[in-house]
Amino acid sequence: MSEMREPLIPYVGVITDVRIDTPDIKTFRVVTPDGKKAFDHRPGQCAMLSIPGVGEAMFSITSAPTNTEFMEFSIKKCGCVTEWLHQAEVGQQVTIRGPYGNPFPVDDAFAGKNLLFVAGGVGLAPLRSVINYCRHYRDRYGKIDIVYGSRSKDDLLDYKEIIEEWATDEGVNVHLTIDREQEGWDGHVGFVPNYVKELNFDTDKIAVLCGPPIMIKFTLEGLQALGFEKTQVYTTLELRMKCGIGKCGRCNVGSKYVCKDGPVFRFDELDELPGEY
Amino acid sequence: MQKITREVLIEKAASLLNEGVVSGVLGWKQGEFAYDVTPALFTTVDELNEQFVWGDFCGANFSKYLVAHTRKTQSKVLVFLKPCDTYSFNQLLTEHRFDREKVYAVGIPCEGMADVSKVKAIAGEGITAIESTEEGLAVTTLYNDAPVVIAYEDALAERCINCKSKKHVAYDELIGEEGDVLESGRFDQVAALEAMTPDERFAFWQKELSKCIRCNACRDVCPACTCEKCVFNNPVSGAETKAPMGTFEEKMFHIIRAFHVAGRCTDCGECSRVCPQDIPLHLLNRKFIKDINTHYGEYQAGAEVGSRAPLVNYTTNDVEPGDVFERGEENA
Amino acid sequence: MCLKGVKRMRKCALANLDKLFAAIAENADLYLPVNDENGAASYKKWEEGTEMSDALNTVKSPKDFFFPQSEDLMTFKTEGKNIEITDIREESKDFVVFGVRACDVRSFDILDRVFITDPQDSYYASKREKGVIVSMACTRPTETCFCAAFGIDAAAPKGDVTTWKTEADLYLQANTEKGEKLLAALEALTEEADCAAVEAQQAKTRAIMEKLPLAGLDTEQFGGGKTKEYFDAPEWKELSQSCLGCGTCTFVCPTCQCYDIKDFNTGRGVIRYRCWDSCMYSEFTRMAHGNNRNSQLERFRQRFMHKLVYYPENNDGIFGCVGCGRCLAKCPISMNIVKVMKTLGGKKDE
Repeated sequence: MSEMREPLIPYVGVITDVRIDTPDIKTFRVVTPDGKKAFDHRPGQCAMLSIPGVGEAMFSITSAPTNTEFMEFSIKKCGCVTEWLHQAEVGQQVTIRGPYGNPFPVDDAFAGKNLLFVAGGVGLAPLRSVINYCRHYRDRYGKIDIVYGSRSKDDLLDYKEIIEEWATDEGVNVHLTIDREQEGWDGHVGFVPNYVKELNFDTDKIAVLCGPPIMIKFTLEGLQALGFEKTQVYTTLELRMKCGIGKCGRCNVGSKYVCKDGPVFRFDELDELPGEY
Repeated sequence: MQKITREVLIEKAASLLNEGVVSGVLGWKQGEFAYDVTPALFTTVDELNEQFVWGDFCGANFSKYLVAHTRKTQSKVLVFLKPCDTYSFNQLLTEHRFDREKVYAVGIPCEGMADVSKVKAIAGEGITAIESTEEGLAVTTLYNDAPVVIAYEDALAERCINCKSKKHVAYDELIGEEGDVLESGRFDQVAALEAMTPDERFAFWQKELSKCIRCNACRDVCPACTCEKCVFNNPVSGAETKAPMGTFEEKMFHIIRAFHVAGRCTDCGECSRVCPQDIPLHLLNRKFIKDINTHYGEYQAGAEVGSRAPLVNYTTNDVEPGDVFERGEENA
Repeated sequence: MCLKGVKRMRKCALANLDKLFAAIAENADLYLPVNDENGAASYKKWEEGTEMSDALNTVKSPKDFFFPQSEDLMTFKTEGKNIEITDIREESKDFVVFGVRACDVRSFDILDRVFITDPQDSYYASKREKGVIVSMACTRPTETCFCAAFGIDAAAPKGDVTTWKTEADLYLQANTEKGEKLLAALEALTEEADCAAVEAQQAKTRAIMEKLPLAGLDTEQFGGGKTKEYFDAPEWKELSQSCLGCGTCTFVCPTCQCYDIKDFNTGRGVIRYRCWDSCMYSEFTRMAHGNNRNSQLERFRQRFMHKLVYYPENNDGIFGCVGCGRCLAKCPISMNIVKVMKTLGGKKDE
């Protein structure tokens, strides 16, 4: 009986590194107790992390599948599990199970295309996996544009990696913006949706959006104004989840289960769903 | 059989709607069968004529609906209140739970409501029609050739057998004749439980409460349970629970709930009416009421607006806590 | 269905029913509906002297046998920064659930499609594997019954073994390998029988089914692909306006399968368990930073849309309701799927 792998029973994971990204976001590196990656995943997939007695929650895997050594999770402090994690130190064990959900179609719809990633705040976390995947297999994709914005300079996630690695890649353009003027910031100031419109992107690309609902809404409208079709634009949803395998019913929207049929959706697919996400 | 007819209530509601005094009417709506009546908001006279019912299965107490309803609207709503409902109405007002200005309360007399499970126990399953006649409820079923006539007292819900009052303690307008506060045997069962040994009593509640499926219907219907966020639903309360875990969780839920409504429960009996497992939950509340009466003098929650309940009040005549303790010891 | 020559019909005199139960209970735990002092039936473990209920159905559905209201999943021990996970799954015991009605038998198919699809839920699957379902045909359906609307024949329930209780005998017929095995073990207590008595009973039951008040309930208008048609229907407002937001309908429902996973700290370790949850509850979809179903209208709509549209869309058109009528009997405000179907479906006639 117990030789059958039960999807609800997690593995033990160890936090081997904690990076403070912003005042409320930390990035945790997790491996198994023998130092390996807990399981393979595809860009955009998620995992359930838990602390026994505190709770279990779904997080997108921030690191790319091309990283074979460990997994990373960029986590914003906003509830029981995340608050507990934010106090955790290196060496702390957690539980981990996954991978869950469908990934971004990096080898199908994205292949050979120009890509535009638009993220706001902690919304960069799920995109970092796919961005780094596409950077790793650079020759499989066309031009890559990344628009990323946050409240302030201090709230920009992975700033060092963005500036030192992404921005220096050939064919990758990074467009950063912050909501309000700030000392020591000479970059763009303004909200993400407006910046996307200002940048006046060509429609010869696939766009991927992730961020607060309001940012998603106005960015999509902006892209549509530029001539983008909904079939060209992807996003990833976040809903309350418990099982991660499409059974507990919590993330059910229409006939879809976000944990299993999502979290990645194309906007024309979302149009088929009732507006409960 | 109810003395007031549906037509009288519709006429009253229609005139208040037409005059613009109220914009809606909280009343009972006809269901699939003769007995499955749903609380509803009627906003037109046509709706009233088509679907409003008043009869022997209109047990639902509308007082709690006023909490949510008066928040949503600026205009007045008409609510029909049976005598027992008026106690809940007053208690909610005492606790400042709804805006009295937005309510037009019409008191209606009640002859007691029938309990469909009693009807089924006598007439059998497969009810296709129930008619209120002079002799009683005439019940037609799929399996009886002729209607089975059930005397009203045989079909009466337990809470109505022990009706505490036919008097309305709140209304803007009264239809029909006013009744009196009644002497009832509502504490008889509590006394019987008190007469048990602690082991017997524990066994009784163990048997009853172990049937609980934690559906929360008792809490959600209870006019005394109007917390914005129940401690049992609040993840940060440390007491959030959802299912009978082991053998104690459901007991904790009911006992804490009984404590929480102590002194505020008007004994409307809605908790036991809605329980899908027919647990006599009202007995927990009646025990508290009986104890309060014994220790602090007769007190009926909701009898008047603004009254200071004994448990939140102090007088020099109050029983000494030590006496209560000793009394508990005697029963142990 | 009584098919002469295809399946063997056996019978056992009702006077020998206790012996039959005793024989079943020798090899497996036997559960059957038993009345409490108020006449309400629930499944109880059989022991000498247990009397089977004649009630049409149990208050709680038999889904508990496979998907218990609460169920321990695993335990954790934590020491310092370390966590140890213990898989506490045990081999399920063989058990027999006796007297399951046709509607509830269908509910197992509906739950199977959730729990036994990949990735399989091993807690459910192992109990399903060990459990033998012995169904019993209805003879006295009641006004809240509407199983026929979902193509269920109350006079010929499925299950591993089907039984029919007549005045004098219990007729038994195996439908599956598990059922054959059970009946083989009861061979000495049963005898070969013809189908006449069963067929007569079936004809009588089916005639009553046609006269039920909900006999004509129409499901035609519901099913997969109808999300847009019904989701924004104005009728939801009126239908849901008095809903208390309790979980009665969900918890008495044989097909509702939403659950929560929670941790319980015993002081000596942590038990992770799952328990039934309800989409009617305000906390169901609440996250740290918001809730995608804030109103009772949305939550109410979810439950019925799931049964009438979403579930069939994902499951070959099979509805997520079996017409057992429990929610009709138990909803505190008497709002239920039949009223929803009639109100939403009815608008199309206009």
